[in-house]
Amino acid sequence: MTRVSCDCDVLVVGGGNAALCAAIAARRAGASVLLLEAASKSLRGGNARHSRNMRVMHGAPTPWVRGCYPADDYHADLQRMAGAAVNSVDDGLARLFIDASADIVDWLVGNGVRFHRGTDEVLPYSRKTAFFLGGGKALINALYATAEALGVVVRYGSAVRALHRRDGPPAVIVGDAGIAVRARALVVASGGFQADLGWLRQQWGGAAGEFTIRGTPHATGVPLKALLEDGADPVGAADRCHMVAVDGRAPPFDGGIVTRLDGLPHGIVVDRDGRRFADEGAVVGPSRYTAWGELVARCPGAVAFSVFDSAIAERFRPSIFPAIQADSVGGLASALGIGPPALGSTVAAFNAALNATVAGGGTTAGVHPPKTRLAAPITVPPFGAYPVRAGVTSTCLGVRVDGRARVLRPDGTAIDGVHAAGVIMAPNILGTGYLAGSAMTIGAVFGRIAGREAAAHALR
Amino acid sequence: MPCADDTQRIAAEARRALDICNACQFCDGYCAVFPALKSRRLVSAQDLTFLSNLCHNCRSCYHACQYAPPHAFDLNLPKSLSLVRQQSYRDHVWPPLLRGRLPHVGWPAVAVMASIVLSAVALVVVPALLLVPPEMLFGRQSGPGAFYRLVPWRVIAGVAGVVMLWSLLAIGFSVASFWRGMGPAPAGAPRLPALRDALSDAATLRNLGGGGVGCNDRDEGFSQARRRFHHALFYGVTLCFASTCVATVYDHLLGWPAPYPLTSLPVLFGSLGGVGMVIGTAGLASLKLHADPAPVAASLTGADCSLLALLFLVAVSGLGLLALRETAAMGPLLLVHLGLVLGWFATLPYSKSLHAPFRFAALLRAAMERRGRG
Repeated sequence: MTRVSCDCDVLVVGGGNAALCAAIAARRAGASVLLLEAASKSLRGGNARHSRNMRVMHGAPTPWVRGCYPADDYHADLQRMAGAAVNSVDDGLARLFIDASADIVDWLVGNGVRFHRGTDEVLPYSRKTAFFLGGGKALINALYATAEALGVVVRYGSAVRALHRRDGPPAVIVGDAGIAVRARALVVASGGFQADLGWLRQQWGGAAGEFTIRGTPHATGVPLKALLEDGADPVGAADRCHMVAVDGRAPPFDGGIVTRLDGLPHGIVVDRDGRRFADEGAVVGPSRYTAWGELVARCPGAVAFSVFDSAIAERFRPSIFPAIQADSVGGLASALGIGPPALGSTVAAFNAALNATVAGGGTTAGVHPPKTRLAAPITVPPFGAYPVRAGVTSTCLGVRVDGRARVLRPDGTAIDGVHAAGVIMAPNILGTGYLAGSAMTIGAVFGRIAGREAAAHALR
Repeated sequence: MPCADDTQRIAAEARRALDICNACQFCDGYCAVFPALKSRRLVSAQDLTFLSNLCHNCRSCYHACQYAPPHAFDLNLPKSLSLVRQQSYRDHVWPPLLRGRLPHVGWPAVAVMASIVLSAVALVVVPALLLVPPEMLFGRQSGPGAFYRLVPWRVIAGVAGVVMLWSLLAIGFSVASFWRGMGPAPAGAPRLPALRDALSDAATLRNLGGGGVGCNDRDEGFSQARRRFHHALFYGVTLCFASTCVATVYDHLLGWPAPYPLTSLPVLFGSLGGVGMVIGTAGLASLKLHADPAPVAASLTGADCSLLALLFLVAVSGLGLLALRETAAMGPLLLVHLGLVLGWFATLPYSKSLHAPFRFAALLRAAMERRGRG
């Protein structure tokens, strides 16, 4: 093998949870590590900044999670959620992942991350997830502090423009100046491509322009595209996103959790033409956010409006943005840019179809689509509305990896010295579905594996 | 003087921040503010009064905040709540004539504090210079009753008593007004257990524990330094108060006039307390000066530091008096120390000192809500 001078043993592309776990694991294994974070220091950490908890297998109560969550339960939850996209999922890898999740909290604690006690009474009861004390940014702060204390070199504002490995060890081109960084082994942990509007448009057409990106603006998918062009086996689907319903006034990026709209099942939801298009009572549990994200993304113009009256408004947590209000349904329609007769007749038909005997718990009859739960009349002014848009958490296209987090070609051979961790390989486990709290676990588990394996590759 | 626009702007900004925090709640493990916020659907003006005083200004929520600047939401909860909290001191000051008139921020607040203290020192020193013969004032004094030969006990107790009585009265009325300002107390909450919770929270500063890991005293790193320095200061003051009480008993019930030997209870308590106060004030001031300025309301630093400086001087003058009581410096030091203590008593209802009873009232209110919920 020709000797080529390398800038470091292990180069980590990305600056979120998976990247940091990889950098720390590689450094602890004795490698010199350089981590390239595209964001500035103040906005570092990728989408992990917006996370709150991680789903972990455990056979008995731990200091961090109550009860127990056996591997088979975790596996069943993954399978149920993966649904139609189950063909992406590598079942052996999923089993390996579930087993490795069992000690990932302890490993993170050992690397400075703080968790809520499992018995903490401020938390909702959960036997499945451990909660980060202070949330994802606190986790990110702790991991950066640990990485830097261990001697990982961190470069902020270092977006990777290109990735190539044809002439020897893997290398990346960084920043506008096009500086080449060469390493003995590479860990790519750069997330999805949801922040690349052009790529999103190829999949979603004009609707993509109406989407809100809930996380980092740096998830442009440049390293993902480079790996795919380099022959990596794609997993998941380019035309699928994890998305939730958010207030249409959310900032274009990094709105995180607070822009989610809580109240959609309580009132009615209409499209820009003032028509109802789905049973608002169909999903009332925690998956309502996701259900509405998908529905709104496919609406005309990818926008909808949650409409309610002042009685219904008391039943849900308000948006962080003030409701658009009017004293009449017609006035509200005008304020929303909907034709007043259209919204007026939708509301009238809905109210006429109510066969509610119990306020707030009713159903409709003779209106299409029906509302099967929580149907209540919209009659008490002032009337209110929130604009609703699809908020994209991440895209569902990734690269295939093996149990050592090595990036694989379609023939199953590994690309030499290239590893992947986090959302960029999550479809191996999740398909195109999403299981709450699993992305952070995938990032930490495969980050740790990728770091260890990359160090072993670099130091062999 | 903050105008009505400022007041409204500060309240609106704090409400905007709390609405976002309530939708997020990632910080709910850090302190009592977030669980108390969680039980509210909307944040009223009364809630602002309550929550801003429940906040211990530990800044953990700022460093953990996914919406902190340069994010578009530009969230800075510790700073927002500090500004509201300061307004609550202003709004509930007693007598009501002072409401909206007494400055609580910036150099004007420092000037108020300094003028009250200087007046008090003058009130003690000037009559002494006029009435006490110089050879006594500047000569060596020792033996039983040495202090009282310079300033008679009745004068000390009388003047300090009147000032303290006024201050306690003013604080009492302020706290009552503040208690009403937090809105109606939750009905049916068991008061005694709630009081026990609040006392424990105040005595341990549980809310400066960051859920067990400490707070962001200076930067992203967690530490217990602020909590420990505050303990040193608070328990230092408590020991000095205990020293005074024991000395009063010695003097009046047992007939042992001061000064007391080094191994006596009043001197032990007083010197331990004085050292605690010096360490506490110096430590807190140093943390303030070295803290990340981003989550700090700079307009309040002057008022905060002037109280620390006053308490530092009280402690140092007391310790100096102890060290030099056998020398000719005793007389001047005694006058200065008494003047500073008197000045501190006088500023209690009109300075940052008000944070103590207000925060305790907020802790009690939070404990009542917790107990009431179940």
